[in-house]
Amino acid sequence: MTEAAKKLPRIVVHEKLCKGCSICVDFCPTNVLEMKGSIVAVKNLEACTRCQLCDLRCPDFAIQVFD
Amino acid sequence: MSAGAATAKKQKISVPFDYSKYLRAGKLPHIWCPGCGHGIVLKSLLRAIDKSGLEKDQICMVSGIGCSSRTPGYVDFNTLHTLHGRAVSYATGVKLAKPELKVIVVTGDGDALAIGGNHFIHTCRRNIDMTILVYSNAIYGMTGGQFSPTTPQGSMSTTSRYGNIEPSFDCCELAKASGASFVARGTAYHTQELERILLRSIQHKGTSVVEIIDSCPVYYGRQNKFKSASQMMEMIEKDGTVSVKQADRLPPEKVEGKLLRGILHEAERPEYCEEYQRLIDKVHGK
Repeated sequence: MTEAAKKLPRIVVHEKLCKGCSICVDFCPTNVLEMKGSIVAVKNLEACTRCQLCDLRCPDFAIQVFD
Repeated sequence: MSAGAATAKKQKISVPFDYSKYLRAGKLPHIWCPGCGHGIVLKSLLRAIDKSGLEKDQICMVSGIGCSSRTPGYVDFNTLHTLHGRAVSYATGVKLAKPELKVIVVTGDGDALAIGGNHFIHTCRRNIDMTILVYSNAIYGMTGGQFSPTTPQGSMSTTSRYGNIEPSFDCCELAKASGASFVARGTAYHTQELERILLRSIQHKGTSVVEIIDSCPVYYGRQNKFKSASQMMEMIEKDGTVSVKQADRLPPEKVEGKLLRGILHEAERPEYCEEYQRLIDKVHGK
């Protein structure tokens, strides 16, 4: 595996916009996210496959995945 | 690594879609409840508009009253927030006055099919060039969870405490029978498919109706014993629908009772504004 392939993505959670519906947590195929109180937080960044499902299904414009 | 491979690698890098260029600054967070599907639909719509290549000033978004009808408040197009059920009538006026605008009507199931049912069917009959997006969450969310024309039979709501006895409307069949030349159905769960459907509906010339199944976890979900917004999305939008492309290949028992998803009807019919202009030219003897 090359260095570039190992590079981790950057997940940005806009805490002011997150309403804690947990849609991103429930639909993440690799369990990267978790609920911390009423806001989503990143639990296991290494498992992220950059599938963007959290971004696509977030109703509140609150989460983004940067490569 | 060769230079060519490095370039190929670079192209793969994903950058999240920048929604801010289509949103009014300072308007977020929006009014919708936690888990409401309307935000997901709005994001799909903005991506579809971006792909269509339309400028912001070329679009006029018209809405009626209801949760879904709050959408124009957040987007940076020409916007109009009008009377309950009368969004398509205002949109007809906008389109006739300025035929060069792309008119997108954002309306809810109760707004379009009950309060404004008459306006809806006659707009479809005229085949005037506009895109009507019916956000169908099977409830009147804004006024406290009363049953709407798309509430499934047997479901609980604030005004049907022992289950709804009314059969529900099929919005797509209604639109097709009324004469709309493009009819499709998408869901908030299938966001990328919805984006493709919305792009096709925006590009279509004539009345295009897209029914978008999304969920209201606060009123519909709570009263019908759904545990979460994601459970509603899985049960109603994922398991409750089947793609129109797959429906022919699946055994009948797997299709029965499910809503079809995808482009359901597409036809070429004379468009109202063009016919109107033709009439004007004829009368003026051109």
